[in-house]
Amino acid sequence: MGLKRRSFLKMLGVTGITLAIGEKTNAMTKGTADVEFHGILYDSTRCVGCRTCEYECASAHKLPEPKDKIEPVRKTDETCNTVVNTYKTDKGEVFIKRQCMHCNEPACAAACLTKAMHKTETGPVTWDGNKCMGCRYCMVSCPFDSPKFEYHSSNPKIQKCDMCFDRMKTEKSTACVANCPNDALLYGKRRDLIKEARRRIYEKPDQYVDYIFGEHEAGGTGWLYLSPVPFEQLGMNMKLQKSSYPELTKGFLYSVPSVFVLVPTLLLGIHQATKDNRKKEESENE
Amino acid sequence: MNNRQIILEADGKSIWRFIFSEMKPKGKFLTPFNLISIPVILLGMVLIGYRFIFGIGSITNLTQDTPWGLWIGFDVVTGVAFAGGAYVLTFMVYILNMKEYHSIVRVTVLNGFLAYVFYAGALLLDLGRPWHVINPVIGNGFGTSSVLFLVAWHFLLYMIAQLIEFSPAIAEWLGARRARKILSGMTMAAVIFGITLSTLHQSGLGALFLMAKGKIHPLWYSEFIPVMFFVSSIFAGLSMVIFEGSISHRVFSNQISDKDHHAQKGIVHGLSKICAGTMFAYFFLQLLVFIHEQHWTLLNTPMGYWYLLEMLGFVLFPMTLYFISYRNFNLTLTRIAAVITMLGVILNRLNVSVIGFKWEMAIRYIPSWMEFVVTMAVIFTEIWIFRWVINRMPVLRDSPSWVKSNE
Repeated sequence: MGLKRRSFLKMLGVTGITLAIGEKTNAMTKGTADVEFHGILYDSTRCVGCRTCEYECASAHKLPEPKDKIEPVRKTDETCNTVVNTYKTDKGEVFIKRQCMHCNEPACAAACLTKAMHKTETGPVTWDGNKCMGCRYCMVSCPFDSPKFEYHSSNPKIQKCDMCFDRMKTEKSTACVANCPNDALLYGKRRDLIKEARRRIYEKPDQYVDYIFGEHEAGGTGWLYLSPVPFEQLGMNMKLQKSSYPELTKGFLYSVPSVFVLVPTLLLGIHQATKDNRKKEESENE
Repeated sequence: MNNRQIILEADGKSIWRFIFSEMKPKGKFLTPFNLISIPVILLGMVLIGYRFIFGIGSITNLTQDTPWGLWIGFDVVTGVAFAGGAYVLTFMVYILNMKEYHSIVRVTVLNGFLAYVFYAGALLLDLGRPWHVINPVIGNGFGTSSVLFLVAWHFLLYMIAQLIEFSPAIAEWLGARRARKILSGMTMAAVIFGITLSTLHQSGLGALFLMAKGKIHPLWYSEFIPVMFFVSSIFAGLSMVIFEGSISHRVFSNQISDKDHHAQKGIVHGLSKICAGTMFAYFFLQLLVFIHEQHWTLLNTPMGYWYLLEMLGFVLFPMTLYFISYRNFNLTLTRIAAVITMLGVILNRLNVSVIGFKWEMAIRYIPSWMEFVVTMAVIFTEIWIFRWVINRMPVLRDSPSWVKSNE
């Protein structure tokens, strides 16, 4: 089979185009050296279930005021970014605050095809309405089911805790942390918060279970939890994998460039091979 | 026919007059299909209008826990699997040079193209902020770490590739001889590009669900979802080709030459073998994954029975039917197998994307009747366009005589 200049150029062109159009797969961005992820430590033993954080969060984000009478266990939704749930456990009533966990490597941000969901350098995972197309793939992917969608709006938004990203430009801490009357919430560098959590467990081992929820869940989260009872009793999902969720699609995405190089070449090869066969068969038949 | 030729012979300006004259409906209007489809399409349009004013929640049963429902699970995920016939057939005809399948390539590519336009287009209905759909293309956020980014780009590029593959038929319809020559010269590149794209986005649709680990029932979730989606798209697409072919050959029989009509039997027969083979590979893969994941105990649960029904009743059973129909040259049996296979593919895609998603929830998502109506409206509209094209362009019928002399 002689390779003519023309067909060689053709082949080169096809391969070149496919190479040029093949998508890149970037590794997740990490914060630069001097900026660290910040987070919030929630200490359930200190929480009295006053729900001040719910009210402050709602007013800070211009959401409707939370209802007075409530179920003991609720979920966040498109009208409220945080809830404080009450569980009856061996150690009496225990409260637990729920909101977006602000993962170190968020599944929602990896899922977002427009980068509307974004892990900022300082830790908060934010949503950009100028980019979002409302596909809700972030909701499918989030292991904590944090993003909520306004199903009854013609211009729907994704709602979730944004760790008061806008407020933090002027203030020192988030609306919930600043207004917590019993110091159940602590804002700071994630690294320092883990040290602080360890210290509390070490100093009062009877008061806490020896576990920091969020230290390793889903590859580590911005929110960290301390609890007097095992976390299963507080409705937390302990089956979550400890590695990051974007890791799950990495293998597939990394295979894309090689497919784009190998498959067209393979197809051209098969095409050339079978074409010659056809011709031979035809000439033999004649 | 005379009129058509006169217009076509005339200068470039009247090509618009010709197109305009072709816009008018042809044939009988009061057919059973029209009587059913028109009210559904009209109702669907009303519902779509309602949805854009009052939000997605106004006509769907989607919740914060089930963000993707029938429109994604069926229209997009299943619809694209059925459109897989186009890349499989172009692979067979252009790459493997299996010329005996050439007569059905055009109709399959048309079918695939329309499926992408309409079922991926149905995605727009499901997007909360559809006016931003262009963002990943214009770069208002290249979310390159997203599988959906890959799928979206591939949909777009593959639609273009399919349009190029189909474009010679449009050129023949318009009588554009020079354009046809240029366009048909691009077919090979479009085919190679299209097959590569299909390999990636058929599996990519499965890869979408990889991050939903823990939310999808373990019998359906594994790291091999992309492989499963890819392999099953081969026989899903071919079953659709068999199914669509058996209907087209009845409805549009006046368009099909005796030669092609006769060849159809051999084509269906050949396809039944390929389906049986790929289904065997698929079943074997599923079996391997099942054994490796060690889910024996899950079988004796309601979801386990559901899984067995899918695997035995809608994979193993139609596979056997395909095999028997191939051995006995029984085309009716092949068509039955095709229908059961298609039901199985629908079942599988819905099990991954909707039924097996958050299977433990107390309140399950059940699509509202309005979601069904909109889905039906989309399908009916697609069939209308399909029929419009078939009746005008040389898709099923032979190309005009000038094509041969031109080559």
